[in-house]
Amino acid sequence: MIVRHRPTRASFSALAALAALLLASPEARAQQVIADLSRHLVAITTGFAGAEVLLFGAVDGDGDVVVTVRGPEGDVVVRRKSQVNGMWINTLSVTFGAVPGYYAVAATKPIEDIISGPVAEREQIGAQRLRFEPERNIPPDRIALFRAALLRNMERDGLYQPRTATIRFLGQRLFRADIVFPANVPTGLYTVNVYLVRDGQVVSAATTPLSVSKIGLSAEIYDFAHNRGLTYGLIAVAFAGFAGWAASRVFQRA
Amino acid sequence: MQIYLPIAEVSVDAFLLLGLGAVVGFLGGLFGVGGGFLMTPALILIGIPPAVAVASGANQIVASSISGAVSQWRKGNVDVTMGVVLLIAGVLGTGAGVVLFRLLQQAGHIDLVVQLSYVLLLGVVGAMMGLESLRAVWRRRGGAKAPGRLHPHFWVHRWPLRMRFRRSKLYISAIPPAAIGFIVGVLTAIMGIGGGFIMVPVMIYLFGMPTLTVVGTSQFQIVFVTAVSTLLLAATTHTVDVVLAILLIIGGVFGAQIGTRAGQLLRGEYLRGLLAALVLAMAGKLAYDLIATPLDLFSIAIGR
Repeated sequence: MIVRHRPTRASFSALAALAALLLASPEARAQQVIADLSRHLVAITTGFAGAEVLLFGAVDGDGDVVVTVRGPEGDVVVRRKSQVNGMWINTLSVTFGAVPGYYAVAATKPIEDIISGPVAEREQIGAQRLRFEPERNIPPDRIALFRAALLRNMERDGLYQPRTATIRFLGQRLFRADIVFPANVPTGLYTVNVYLVRDGQVVSAATTPLSVSKIGLSAEIYDFAHNRGLTYGLIAVAFAGFAGWAASRVFQRA
Repeated sequence: MQIYLPIAEVSVDAFLLLGLGAVVGFLGGLFGVGGGFLMTPALILIGIPPAVAVASGANQIVASSISGAVSQWRKGNVDVTMGVVLLIAGVLGTGAGVVLFRLLQQAGHIDLVVQLSYVLLLGVVGAMMGLESLRAVWRRRGGAKAPGRLHPHFWVHRWPLRMRFRRSKLYISAIPPAAIGFIVGVLTAIMGIGGGFIMVPVMIYLFGMPTLTVVGTSQFQIVFVTAVSTLLLAATTHTVDVVLAILLIIGGVFGAQIGTRAGQLLRGEYLRGLLAALVLAMAGKLAYDLIATPLDLFSIAIGR
């Protein structure tokens, strides 16, 4: 179940203020595209089951809008199984660096229709165009195979959104898009890039940060487990011992 | 009701975990086993990372085995000397198991080793239990008397470092009990099992210990080894998820009580036959997973 965060009255008034700013200020006019999120923090609480964040913004003049969301980068090991003595065993592996833990794209039209190939390549728009850093001395055909497997697995886990989400225009200038985060979303700092595209070229861009972090009880348990592991373990064992013993006493009486 | 497990870092239905705890607790109560061998694979199946499944499973076994251990202790069925030898070796084994788990995880072979260990262990134990219960049913049908219990002298009675185990009326080498304690410790850290179903047959058939003392001593050992495992894993790998463990414990407590009552309605050899069938089915499923062509030959491990 995805917890939906409907655009609130506050976010719409923010949108209106944004539009007013865009029309009035000469500085913003040069900017040509501005955007913001309904919130800059996705809080992973005990009841967390995924979240949706509203991105809204305004453009000055014609053009299409493309939004990318990148999660924190890290290493990913991709392993391939082969049949050895009748069993499937991991035999080959390739490690990729600079792999975003989350990736999503949203656009007003299909990416290929609005942006030129080289530009999309340069800006890494679309999961297929992400530039990872594979370990050295691996033949290129193997890298291509393992790279495809990496993308496929990330998509299956819901961490890379397979399809380009739709950005809708509200009238001429205002646009909005929903960014969906699954429950297994990694914690860390995210970057949301907003591009204004005209004739296949990026004419303006804006960046806004987004933080995904554990909040409340789940954060406290996590910190406690990592900073004071032995005490945490003692409490876990003491609780289990007490619960088991108490239950057997209660049921003996019943 | 979805609940986010802070250490496993996944969101799971809380009722699914309560239900899983109850089912495993029921089977544990029914057959008089800890049920770790069912719990760990089931947790991995619903998407809990293997390391977290093993560590939290060990924590849950502390709860499910303590009431049995306390009542065995009261009845004087615990051979403390034997228990301490098993325990010291068990703690060393757990430490070795934790290191081994890490090495295998880095090499990408942890899933394979866990699965293979389960297939071998469950296959052998299931087959032995199945044959034994079939023989018992056969004897009952045929009306023949069960042979009287001997106290055969094996090689374990001749090895050096002999110790007197007063409660078990044994004078044997300390090496075999230490070895089995060590092995069970390693398995606890790698597979998240208490190891009762390995220790019990070894102590009865290899050491010639009296059955009552065997049951009491193995329960004593399981409580301590799983407690030490939980502590070591919490302190080193930080993989014990208390939210997960609490849900499993709550479900397990109720399941075990119902299982214990249901167990009194069934005859011993049928019960053991059923357990053997369950263990063999689990072994068969895991073996099938090893040889069946996977849906995707590639898998990923995301580092932090």
